[in-house]
Amino acid sequence: MHFNIADVPQQLVNGLTLGGMYALIALGYTLVYGILLMINFAHSEMFMAGAYFGLLWLNILSKQSFFTGSAVGLVLLYGVSIVLSAIMTGILGVLIERFAYRPLRHAPRLAPLISAIGVSLFLQNAVLLWVSSRSIPFPVKFPVYQYTLARDGSGSLAFTVLGASDKIVDKLGQGAHAIVQFSTLQIMIIVVTLVLLFVLDTFVSRTKLGKAMRATAQDRDTAGLMGVDINRIIAITFFIGPAMGAVAGIFSGMYYGNIKYNMGFIPGIKSFTAAVLGGIGNLRGAMLGGFVLGMAEALASGFISTAYKDVIAFVILILVLIFRPGGLLGESVVEKV
Amino acid sequence: MLLTVENLHTFYGQIEALKGIDVEVAEGEIVTLIGANGAGKSTTLKTISGQLAPREGKIVFAGEEIQGMSAHQVAAKRIVHVPEGRRIFPRMTVEENLEMGAFLRNDAEGIAADKEMVFELFPRLKERRQQKGGTLSGGEQQMLAMARGLMAKPKLLMLDEPSMGLAPVVVETIFETIERLHQEGITILLVEQNAAMALSVADRGYVLETGRIALTGTGKELLTNEQVRKTYLGEV
Repeated sequence: MHFNIADVPQQLVNGLTLGGMYALIALGYTLVYGILLMINFAHSEMFMAGAYFGLLWLNILSKQSFFTGSAVGLVLLYGVSIVLSAIMTGILGVLIERFAYRPLRHAPRLAPLISAIGVSLFLQNAVLLWVSSRSIPFPVKFPVYQYTLARDGSGSLAFTVLGASDKIVDKLGQGAHAIVQFSTLQIMIIVVTLVLLFVLDTFVSRTKLGKAMRATAQDRDTAGLMGVDINRIIAITFFIGPAMGAVAGIFSGMYYGNIKYNMGFIPGIKSFTAAVLGGIGNLRGAMLGGFVLGMAEALASGFISTAYKDVIAFVILILVLIFRPGGLLGESVVEKV
Repeated sequence: MLLTVENLHTFYGQIEALKGIDVEVAEGEIVTLIGANGAGKSTTLKTISGQLAPREGKIVFAGEEIQGMSAHQVAAKRIVHVPEGRRIFPRMTVEENLEMGAFLRNDAEGIAADKEMVFELFPRLKERRQQKGGTLSGGEQQMLAMARGLMAKPKLLMLDEPSMGLAPVVVETIFETIERLHQEGITILLVEQNAAMALSVADRGYVLETGRIALTGTGKELLTNEQVRKTYLGEV
């Protein structure tokens, strides 16, 4: 253990970034569970597929000089790639529901679960076979800066922006040290995540279609009596979750610099933990759970050891299941009659 | 006839719950289905509203065959089924529940006007409009379920056991409301275990016994029928 209070702000920034990604994935688990009472174990592969679709579009669009010639072009390059990847992954999610889950809707609950594991293995092996079994570098084509709050050489607070080759002592004088740094990527991830979560939350709580989703989650048969086409709502749910997961997958690729066919497994289980932590079936719970888990993991890896960072998520999962099985924001009774 | 049900057979797996049901409802009528537990009353409503698919038989509504349609397609015909056990959306507010009732409508002004109409019909709901459905009492939930049904502007309103589990004074209110809706010209198909109450408001009634129609007649005829009095009105 090497606890140093001065590291806390930086760990929180890292945790916020990580937590944003977990939150984006976790809401896919929770939306599907809310409506079908099913754990979609193939959801971690939506995160992976999103990253690969994102890379595909980055490679295609980078050939156009419009996207690489200017700062606006670069923003559009990533923006368009993320949107197209989200749409493709969303469609993949809809197809999976249509062909792997819907035929089993009236089967015992174990059947769709096993089908989901099958889909997960299928998708991982499809990428392994057709793309590569190795890590593939995920390009970040724009310059990444460190927005740094620091103490300068004389010990007073200072703010500076560091490029990749800049050293803090060159900018702020001998003895300067950073208090907390936000990289361009972290800012992008946190801001885009918060915007997406806000838009989704507003959609679900305010719009007619969002209300129909909530009604379907609360009482599927009765929602049908109101004129809600249940299959359409389920399809929309299986579009939104994977689309959000895809965005997280691309963020992960940019943040860690590479992607791999099995990259979804660990973040998938952790995000599932986040969904359980928040109260599975509860949208805001999944968002909160994602951030709490991200923070806990960042603090644990900073102060205990990075070797323990995966352990912490599962310790949290076990503790939640023992002491508060409904989750932080969940109903006390999760099971529907 | 607004609704004609002909030779309806519905199964739960291997079990034949409806063994050839014939029911007719004319526009503006209140028709009631009475019978013991398991006679097939709720199954009949569920088959009409598309929650169950019949294996045989025809359901004709306003001249169109609707058997085998899914629930949301039947709802689009403005057949409104207020289900047994109320089934309000527990984590939505009273107002959101009402909005769900109007899900298939797009006339914002008409919806707003109908909301005022049901609030006038059930003032309790207006007081509790921001409260979550699950926090209401049983009687209030029944009012909400009926109000939510009315928000769809029903051509046929099917009520399944509206008096179940409610205090007698609340049952009175519910039945007064049913009569008032009838006077306003709404066609009602009412399923009840409280046969005396149901027959006293109904134009006509059907007595169901184990998936078949055992007896039919006007409300008055059935109320005075000796068989009905013995079996369903608890008289010796």
